[in-house]
Amino acid sequence: MKEIVVISGKGGTGKTSITAALASLAKESCVVVDCDVDAADMHLLLQPDFAHKEDFYSGVLAHIDPDNCRNCGRCAQVCRFDAIVLQNGRYVVDELSCEGCGYCEKVCRPKAISMNERLAGAWFASQTKYGSDMVHAKLGIGAENSGKLVAKVKKEGKAIASAKNKSFMIVDGSPGIGCPVVSSLSGANFALLVTEPTLSGLHDLKRVYEVVKKFRIKAGCIINKADLNPSMCEEIETFLREESILHVKSIPYNKAFTQAMVEAKTISEYHDEPLKKLLEESFETIKNTLGV
Amino acid sequence: MKIAFTTKEPSWDSMMEARFGRAEYVLIYDEQSGQIVFHDNREIVNQEHGAGPKMAKAMADLGVDVIITGNGPGENARAVLAQMNTVVYVGAGEMNVAEAYKAYQDGTLEKF
Amino acid sequence: MKIAIASGKGGTGKTTLSTNLAMFLGEHESVVLVDLDVEEPNSNLFLNGELLKKEDKMKMIPRWDSTSCTLCADCVQNCNFNALLFIANEILVFPNLCHSCYACSELCPTGSLPMEPQKMGELSHFIAGNIDFVEGRLNIGEEQAVSLIAQTKKYVDQHFDEETIKIFDAPPGTSCPVIEAIKDADFVILVTEPTPFGLHDLTLAVETTRILKKNFGVVINRYGMGNDDVETYCHHENIPILGKIPHLVEAAKLYSEGKLIYKEILAFKAEIQNIALHVKAHCQGVMP
Repeated sequence: MKEIVVISGKGGTGKTSITAALASLAKESCVVVDCDVDAADMHLLLQPDFAHKEDFYSGVLAHIDPDNCRNCGRCAQVCRFDAIVLQNGRYVVDELSCEGCGYCEKVCRPKAISMNERLAGAWFASQTKYGSDMVHAKLGIGAENSGKLVAKVKKEGKAIASAKNKSFMIVDGSPGIGCPVVSSLSGANFALLVTEPTLSGLHDLKRVYEVVKKFRIKAGCIINKADLNPSMCEEIETFLREESILHVKSIPYNKAFTQAMVEAKTISEYHDEPLKKLLEESFETIKNTLGV
Repeated sequence: MKIAFTTKEPSWDSMMEARFGRAEYVLIYDEQSGQIVFHDNREIVNQEHGAGPKMAKAMADLGVDVIITGNGPGENARAVLAQMNTVVYVGAGEMNVAEAYKAYQDGTLEKF
Repeated sequence: MKIAIASGKGGTGKTTLSTNLAMFLGEHESVVLVDLDVEEPNSNLFLNGELLKKEDKMKMIPRWDSTSCTLCADCVQNCNFNALLFIANEILVFPNLCHSCYACSELCPTGSLPMEPQKMGELSHFIAGNIDFVEGRLNIGEEQAVSLIAQTKKYVDQHFDEETIKIFDAPPGTSCPVIEAIKDADFVILVTEPTPFGLHDLTLAVETTRILKKNFGVVINRYGMGNDDVETYCHHENIPILGKIPHLVEAAKLYSEGKLIYKEILAFKAEIQNIALHVKAHCQGVMP
């Protein structure tokens, strides 16, 4: 099983549309995993059935038991996150501010504070509209995206891939350069970088590639909206050459990305033959690189 | 030499796990005695943060001299391993344990 | 007046709106733009500001004092973040895992873990044309974005008066750094695009903003590219639409070159003007 992870650093480059297109080209030979748990959008294109749902817990949260609390305020004194506040004369935990350090629990003399597991979201195992398997998740509002939920969906995806003998796991990676993207990339065989020829596109591509490099994962790049700025495009190509990143494809700006999305289709299903061909060729290039 | 392999399953036939801190199992092979032990790392895997250094500490506590893995440990884990003079070889993420051991003996694995 | 600009999803035009709005307002008023997307601060690519001041931003982390330590390892137990390890008769500290909660330090029976400052990122203060621009930038590998966001906001509070219009460019998403960035804003602008992805992520951003009980409105960027569902949603939810920025290929080109769009495209400027009026009216508590 080969694991292809699609990342972009910057939002709005077409990462999810391209991932979904690859997934629909791979059909039953792949498991699709959406690791963009903060703003998971791929389900809008692949329309999974949300058949199996599990709550996801991450980290801990302080809770004050009002029956045992003597209202001494020691907890509020030691909390560095201003997470213990007076409400109608009683100390309560502000759940959005609590980081779960547990200092309050340790100084509470009547032991009125307990640290409980924090509900941080949910993950789902589904069948997409093509009948392929998909694992996806939703992070709760204000929850910390530690990468643990990303690791969880990847693990579930891998289990399905090996049980059903799939050839590919195609992963829509997390944005940014922090822990979640590290978790998305961890264990990957190929990192597909999707970028656009803009100043911030190149800036973020360079930053995210630093992360890929640390993992020594084979990398390739699709430059989307390539005709938007030819000179910036050249700059990106130079960067790819310098870093020996495979230039998988340049895709010109195409309204079909949005149109297909509006029709809840992937771009490889959409009636735009030239675009479809570019994606098929991209997938072939990636497969060849992986020796499949 | 005590050699640790990050693995997917607690078995000599297992595939290697490319990840270090979040590998579920570690197979430890003692070359002198020929003894094989399995270390269950699943508790560490469930930590939000800091799995790498915790795993590195576990390896140190078990007296491991060499670690063979896929991608290589992150910075924090590296600090612990450097302290303990543990040697790490990477690039074995897509092999099984036997292949990884052979590659290590042949000197074809990259030293981290 | 504090205005936060946020979006559930990256790439909707948050930075485009914040830089253009700030520069536009700055033509007649005192404005500071604050880039709180500390993991990926991009605003200065468009502003090319002149650096006025740069400060290291610190977080407090424990330093192990081996002379007084009795190696009881209570600190390791007291740390919920795995930032301390007891190994080979030493206590190792992992600064990037530390949340600066002080539990290990203050609960140490021998006072062997004094808290000391360590650099986590930088704050830069620029002058860009008529406006001030402040940026927080987190070191790569550092995870405490919330703390740097809080420190950057504090700097702004200390250096600018009440009259100055403060525009905060928030990070994308709905997780804790976003909450920190918008929690003391007087008004929040949610930027979206008229597509199914845009709508889905907008609903998440709306939910977040409502939890924080903030006044907010929506700006639809790249208006005309997709469908009407975002507008229908806003009408249905009674959310004011502050502006509809037309979808123009020229605008995308200017953006790709790192240029300010409102100076070159009239239709774009008209919408920015509209948004500015709406926002000021909302902050003063009257409808335009």
